Amino acid sequence: MSPVTGSAFFWTSVVKILIVFGGILSLVAFWTWVERRGAGWIQNRLGPNRVGPEGLLQPAADGLKNFLKEETLPPFADRFVFLLAPVMAFVPALITFAVVPFASPLPTPWGLVSPAIADLPVGFLYILAISSLGVYGVVLAGWSSNNKYSLLGGLRGSAQLISYEVSMGLSAVAVLVLAGNITMNEIVARQQHSVWFVLPLSVAFLTFLIASFAETNRLPFDLPEAEAELIAGYHTEYSAMKFSMFYIAEYSNMVTASALMVTLFFGGWDIPFTAWDNTPPWTVLKFVATFAAFWLKVVAFLFAYVWVRWTLPRFRFDQLMDLGWKVLLPVALGYVMVIAVAVWGLGAAGVPFGLGYGLILTAVSAVLLGLLLWGLDRNRVIGGSAARQRARWLADAARQRGAA
Amino acid sequence: MTLVAFWTFAAVAIASAVLCITRRSPVASALWLVNTLFSLAAIYVLLDAPFIAAIQVLVYAGAIMVLFLFVIMLLNLGRTAPGDIKGPWGRAVAVAAGLVLVFELVALWLAAPPGELELPAGTVAGTVAARGAVQAVARPLFQGYLVPFEVTSVLLLAAIVGAVVLAKRRL
Repeated sequence: MSPVTGSAFFWTSVVKILIVFGGILSLVAFWTWVERRGAGWIQNRLGPNRVGPEGLLQPAADGLKNFLKEETLPPFADRFVFLLAPVMAFVPALITFAVVPFASPLPTPWGLVSPAIADLPVGFLYILAISSLGVYGVVLAGWSSNNKYSLLGGLRGSAQLISYEVSMGLSAVAVLVLAGNITMNEIVARQQHSVWFVLPLSVAFLTFLIASFAETNRLPFDLPEAEAELIAGYHTEYSAMKFSMFYIAEYSNMVTASALMVTLFFGGWDIPFTAWDNTPPWTVLKFVATFAAFWLKVVAFLFAYVWVRWTLPRFRFDQLMDLGWKVLLPVALGYVMVIAVAVWGLGAAGVPFGLGYGLILTAVSAVLLGLLLWGLDRNRVIGGSAARQRARWLADAARQRGAA
Repeated sequence: MTLVAFWTFAAVAIASAVLCITRRSPVASALWLVNTLFSLAAIYVLLDAPFIAAIQVLVYAGAIMVLFLFVIMLLNLGRTAPGDIKGPWGRAVAVAAGLVLVFELVALWLAAPPGELELPAGTVAGTVAARGAVQAVARPLFQGYLVPFEVTSVLLLAAIVGAVVLAKRRL
């Protein structure tokens, strides 16, 4: 079956845009509820459970409240830029998703419909380019509010986002070297024919994961809004729907970052341990199954965001910069060189791309990941506090025995 | 359709460029420059060069202009910064430089483009389809033009060293 063309292409694209953006916005609304209930669960309290069953209608109530609240404009703020900033945060957050393929191709009477809104030949670079624009929302909001706390938040935001963008891009380079192309479809296809890249590129996944937490301004890297230090950072002066737009942007960025981790490292819409889902006669059933597989993986990562938020404390700003420039950047850069040499060596040795190829790289990466974690940890985190506590108990017990 | 898109983006690019140099507030100037860079990226896409367009947005709009804004905010530049053009001599030099630029533009406009610059229709699309958008750029860059490429990196290194020397007089 040939791809759709002409007016059918136009109309399928319109439908895809409506479905994807509607879906992302609903997921965002749902996830504000998950975040608050999850916070309650982790902190051993209830969370919002009054509006609707289990509080499920809370996002609707919040949305209504934000629509009806007063829009404030601080005096001496730069009016135009102040209004522009939420839009600059909102739009890139929503359009980044456009190139991510979220299921197998769907057969329709008019031809085969591609699973992404746009199959750009530059695929991954589009995502990097558009997501790098999200920083304008933070910077401009901080500057135009005419508020010292906002300005500090904006400054922190721009420094942080630029720093971690470098590590994020470099860890993705390892994926692109292995995939041999930058279109998202090709990256998914290569993983379907070997192993998910999280195994052969485990170090890159670790650096990418950390960098994407920093890029989405989530704890432990939410320094631009750090409410304990900066009131609410760059969006202190915003109220009602404009404030809500920053929030929607943050959650859409989380969805996109999760989708990106799934596509680059967890096989995209691939269903593991079977080739049924990625061989051609495309059917509606395969579309539904792979669609479910993709979003299941995305939701797992979204939950990890909530989990990490209520587990780790916030970094100090100098620690954040140290981690970005002195740890993540050298690690990601060195790892790209290792992977490039390994890919070149495997190519020279004539190993065909497939399961064995992936397993050799997995072994190499496992050694490197072990060394990295050991170097970062040195008995401080893994077995750290628990081991110290145990040593204390043992010492106490010995002292009591001695006293008795 | 392509022509309409081209003229729209060209008009937006030129209007934004004019606004960029006439605004008094440095932040407004920077934002209009971002708009110009965006329109240029759109024109690159119309020229069948999506890779250049993505890099344009990624590097210029996403990184360099953010650094510009960062510096403007950090120094908290006021709305009326003194210009670089001072006195009658400064104005004369500015006008002369502008005239040279206009002369160059007219010369370029009058001269027909050399034949070897005009590829047969569909060449770029064919290369992209056969080798991917990045390889079409990477192969000439790292094989045919490797030495100029490496020399450019030395130039950038010199710029970094210069910036460090300027910022830290006493090392």
